[in-house]
Amino acid sequence: MVGIISWGSYIPRYRIKVEEIAKAQGADAVVIKESLMISEKSFPDIDEDTATMAVEAGRITLSSSAISPEDISAIYIGSESHPYAVKPTGTIVAQALGMGNGYTCADLQFACKGGTAAIQVAYYMAKAGLNVVAGAADTAQSAPGDILEYTAAAGAAMFLVGKEKVCAEIKDTVSFSSDTPDFWRKPQKKYPSHAGSFTGEPSYFRHVMSAAKMLMKKNGTVPKDYDYAVFHQPNGKFPSRVAKKLGFTEKQISDGMLVTRIGNTYSAASLLGLCAVLDIAKPGQRILLTSYGSGAGSDSFDILITENIIAAQKSRKTTQSFIEDKVYGDYLKYLKRAVR
Amino acid sequence: MAIPRIWRQIEEKYNLVGTLCKDCKKKHFPPREVCSCGCYDLEKYRFLGKGEIVTYTVIRISSEDNEDTPFRNIPYVLAIVRLDEGPSLTAQIVQCSESELMIGKKVEMVFRKLLEKGEKGVIQYGYKFRIA
Ligand SMILES: [Zn+2]
Repeated sequence: MVGIISWGSYIPRYRIKVEEIAKAQGADAVVIKESLMISEKSFPDIDEDTATMAVEAGRITLSSSAISPEDISAIYIGSESHPYAVKPTGTIVAQALGMGNGYTCADLQFACKGGTAAIQVAYYMAKAGLNVVAGAADTAQSAPGDILEYTAAAGAAMFLVGKEKVCAEIKDTVSFSSDTPDFWRKPQKKYPSHAGSFTGEPSYFRHVMSAAKMLMKKNGTVPKDYDYAVFHQPNGKFPSRVAKKLGFTEKQISDGMLVTRIGNTYSAASLLGLCAVLDIAKPGQRILLTSYGSGAGSDSFDILITENIIAAQKSRKTTQSFIEDKVYGDYLKYLKRAVR
Repeated sequence: MAIPRIWRQIEEKYNLVGTLCKDCKKKHFPPREVCSCGCYDLEKYRFLGKGEIVTYTVIRISSEDNEDTPFRNIPYVLAIVRLDEGPSLTAQIVQCSESELMIGKKVEMVFRKLLEKGEKGVIQYGYKFRIA
């Protein structure tokens, strides 16, 4: 059986409310909150980046597992905010996790789905008998004044994937990808550009729905076979609407829906939702996870919780505890710390 | 700070790796070549990263005067932290309000950016602490 042996999340402590950003942008907070379905977002401290957040989440993942860090053969981190354009994030994280030197590594980038792509690589390597650390971290950047400023947040979710003491079996995974220019950033640019409403129907909705339908068709399942569904969450509206279109209920998506309280953590967004579900799921329950990355593609996963989850959930620092441990900052503090 | 020095300090900065004297069992941080008991037979020891604040100060005026740019905003908190295993070290305490600070307060290690050698330079990562 191949799947998730352990998991860990990290969300920075700072939050900024939509009202604060709306004040700076001269916009109406009520309208923004209604259209994006988000009340506040996380932002990193000045000394936090993708590598530091991946280490924090990775340390929770490995300290809650019996597998020695030296017995892990690879590390893959997906992000669109790797600290260096050239020099891997993965080696920094592996060093901090005590993985020794006998591992392979490469960083992944596919907008907001680099993390699920990393899990797919880990899944296939685990089938060959290897233990792999895979996940995502992002300190999402947005130009001051851009609509993205209300949602671009920070967080990390890391996983240990292998064959031993699996808590969440990955039964299957499929992808749906196409060349769709909805959101991009060129190497020398600080902030991403996006195609406005084009990011909706032909981009997010087409890919998420196609991948989720493909997965269910291949495995002979229907929405009611799943206890939880987690979708990429760039705002509150998109995942709610996609769930409804696919035939999932509010109840199925509510536990994995974090965007309304922490914002869009980009490549970590759907995976943090998965962490929040793994924190509470019971043996025998089934999860459908579907990510979305601009450019564009969706990875969909069929996940089944095993008996091992009960022991694994004990004394683990939960995603919910990170969501609740927060300090509010004003717009100036946000600019000084989070915008580079 | 020169690149070779940043590289040599990676274990120490990332994972609080110090030394343990095989003779008198004393633990040191930062790592030492020779123990205060005179013994040269030391092995690596990884501290757990838990400790308490011995004393602290809030820095309100910047005194940065070199090419290494630290990742911190004024005001920031510097503290002497005594690790549970014995040794003390100086470290920044991150994301705490001044009202949370107290001598004897329990703290735990976090992994953060320490400094970079200018915009083009390499980033040094390592330990800081937060209120546990
Ligand atoms: Zn000694």
